[in-house]
Amino acid sequence: MKARVYVTLKNGVLDPQGKAIHRALAGLGFTGVEDVRAGKMIELDLADSVADADIEAMCRKLLANTVIENFRIERLAA
Amino acid sequence: MKSAVIVFPGSNCDRDLAVALRETTGEAPAMVWHRETELPDGVGLIGIPGGFSYGDYLRSGAMAARSPIMRAVAAAADRGVAVLGVCNGFQVLTEAGLLPGALMRNAGLHFVCRDVALTVENSQSAFTSGYDAGETITVPVAHHDGNYNADPDTLDRLEGEGRVVFRYADDVNGSARHIAGIVNEAGNVLGMMPHPERRIEAAHGGTDGRRLFEGLIAAIT
Repeated sequence: MKARVYVTLKNGVLDPQGKAIHRALAGLGFTGVEDVRAGKMIELDLADSVADADIEAMCRKLLANTVIENFRIERLAA
Repeated sequence: MKSAVIVFPGSNCDRDLAVALRETTGEAPAMVWHRETELPDGVGLIGIPGGFSYGDYLRSGAMAARSPIMRAVAAAADRGVAVLGVCNGFQVLTEAGLLPGALMRNAGLHFVCRDVALTVENSQSAFTSGYDAGETITVPVAHHDGNYNADPDTLDRLEGEGRVVFRYADDVNGSARHIAGIVNEAGNVLGMMPHPERRIEAAHGGTDGRRLFEGLIAAIT
């Protein structure tokens, strides 16, 4: 079983990388991009016995820094 | 006084910090590898050095903060042992929850490597007892992730409790309220982005950093 963890900066936290990507897109001539936020996706290959609560604990203890980041867990069908 | 420097894979200021401690304590510190689970007996000062522990994987300091030795460091900090985290060491201390807030990518995206002017906000802390409050000192920074961030309540509490001990005189990296260094509630854990261990001798261009070590050692011995 796989799960994906999406880690994103909280709203209101400055994202300089997102800003740089935004400027680069504008430089390439893409219009209509209002804002860019960069995050990361972590894919976990898990034994079936791993519960949702375990994945959430992994996020809180290591995968995300909840001072500045949010996380979202998505379980994938086998 | 006995001191220790924690060494992670990717630490690169551990030897500079060791020289600073040797010069100011009169005794070479124990170099403690991150896989260790205990600190040597009688250590009164622990240094967490700068560098790129674990290649900054996941987040700067995130992996190092979960190293086996950090449990011993947290226990020692609880007992009141002085802990000094410089640069990556500051990032490790926030990731370990020993200091509040987080250090994010510099607002200007550039790696900043130069001398900066710091205001010593508070000389009551053991770490700043070698300085005068309000004094401006010059210490170098060298970091990519030094943009200090915490929620407004935390920032207000840090300010109100006199726990912002060093502030950049000018904006360096986008840090909230120009914060360069903070102490924990008990005052025995300091995290700072600038490198005091790189200003120990006149040949380094000044000795403003040496006074941090000398003041600290005088305060805790």
